[in-house]
Amino acid sequence: MSLTDELGTYLGSANTRAQLWAALAEHCYLALLPILFGVVLAVGAGWLGQAWPPARGTLAVVANLVYTIPSLALFVVIPGVIGTTILDSINVVVALSLYTAALLVRPMLDALAAVPQAVTASATAMGYRPARRYFGVELPLAVPVIAAGVRVAAVSNISLVSVGALIGVGGLGRLFTDGFQREYYAPIVVGVVLTLLLALVVDLLLVLLRRVLTPWQRPTPTSRTDAEVAA
Amino acid sequence: MIAEAVAWFGDAANWSGPGGVPARVLEHVGYVALALAIALVLAVPVGLLVGHTGRGAVLLVGAGNIVRALPTLGVVTLFFLLLAESTPAAVVGLVVLAVPPVMAGTYAGVQSVDAHVVDAASGVGMRGMQRLWQVEVPIALPMVLGGVRNAVLQLVATAAVAAYVGLGGLGRYLMDGLAILDYAEVVAGALLTAALAVVLDLLLAGLQRIMVPRGVRLAELTTSKGPA
Repeated sequence: MSLTDELGTYLGSANTRAQLWAALAEHCYLALLPILFGVVLAVGAGWLGQAWPPARGTLAVVANLVYTIPSLALFVVIPGVIGTTILDSINVVVALSLYTAALLVRPMLDALAAVPQAVTASATAMGYRPARRYFGVELPLAVPVIAAGVRVAAVSNISLVSVGALIGVGGLGRLFTDGFQREYYAPIVVGVVLTLLLALVVDLLLVLLRRVLTPWQRPTPTSRTDAEVAA
Repeated sequence: MIAEAVAWFGDAANWSGPGGVPARVLEHVGYVALALAIALVLAVPVGLLVGHTGRGAVLLVGAGNIVRALPTLGVVTLFFLLLAESTPAAVVGLVVLAVPPVMAGTYAGVQSVDAHVVDAASGVGMRGMQRLWQVEVPIALPMVLGGVRNAVLQLVATAAVAAYVGLGGLGRYLMDGLAILDYAEVVAGALLTAALAVVLDLLLAGLQRIMVPRGVRLAELTTSKGPA
């Protein structure tokens, strides 16, 4: 049976299609929720680095160390650390949140440190207290750098979730273990293609989100600004 | 968890024979080294060519991004079904995942060489190949090694995942431990894999520091001492 026939039979079954949708939904949840947690952690780390500069070195070293740990190793150790069972999907979410944060901390610290002194001084002079200055001035200026990091983290999370299939939680990754056990190409090929498509779609959405969050970086021709003024 | 793992490491039976820690570490390093060597042979010339001529950069970067999104488990299981043999399948899968970071690092390194430096090299009469080997490659070397570091991290992690299709190495402790629900063995395997990744990364980081050409280091010193 050729691969195309195999794919046809596989995708032709309504049962399979329902399974694929469920796997895709689980994959999105496992890969994207950690982005949110990771960004929150990195924002916290950035705040610490701004408030107390000596912490920057330690934060960077810890982030680098976390990023070095192989995914499978992190997935299986987390239940022992936080007391969940090994088959709990929380393990994967926690591990990927840590990776996302680890990836973001370094660029975040650099971007925040690069905010011009004059800008922070002006904000302070206008009466911004430290917290409002961080969230209202420094953090928005670091958005382009953070956005670049988030894109990398999202793509790498989407690819890493599949490894979770080895501990029973893997979204589309289960298609790989399924195909391997049944010596069946179709689920593996479909799994790889869906993972790549998901990564592509999420990446495009993140590019759009970045554009929305950084209006000052958009190229605005003078004519348009005039038109807006006239309106 | 800690006590169980300590007990596992304390058991002499886990340190000898083909399933012992030293043998498994060597196996793991062996797969990583083999895949890295093949990846270097394939990726470095392409990276140098693209960086030197500036042609094909968009394609190279795009291909690198696609491979980053490839699920490693999918690649390994797919090659296993194609080749029906665990070691070659795993090594091919590892090479596929190691090529893009090495290629991207090499390309970025050559690309990042200051245009004035390349211009000066031509000015003193260096030909294309001389310029590449005597100027661009030495300056690019630290970034090439940066790509190698990324590739090695990826390889150590993926070689552990490839234990699923029957590859040896440290992933065996993880897979065998999970199969018989021996959590001590799983944790020991995880700690060993993580330790191996950290040690290899530190070694390469050291190498990366040594590889910065003396001229570049001196230039950086003078610029950082310059007026702020």
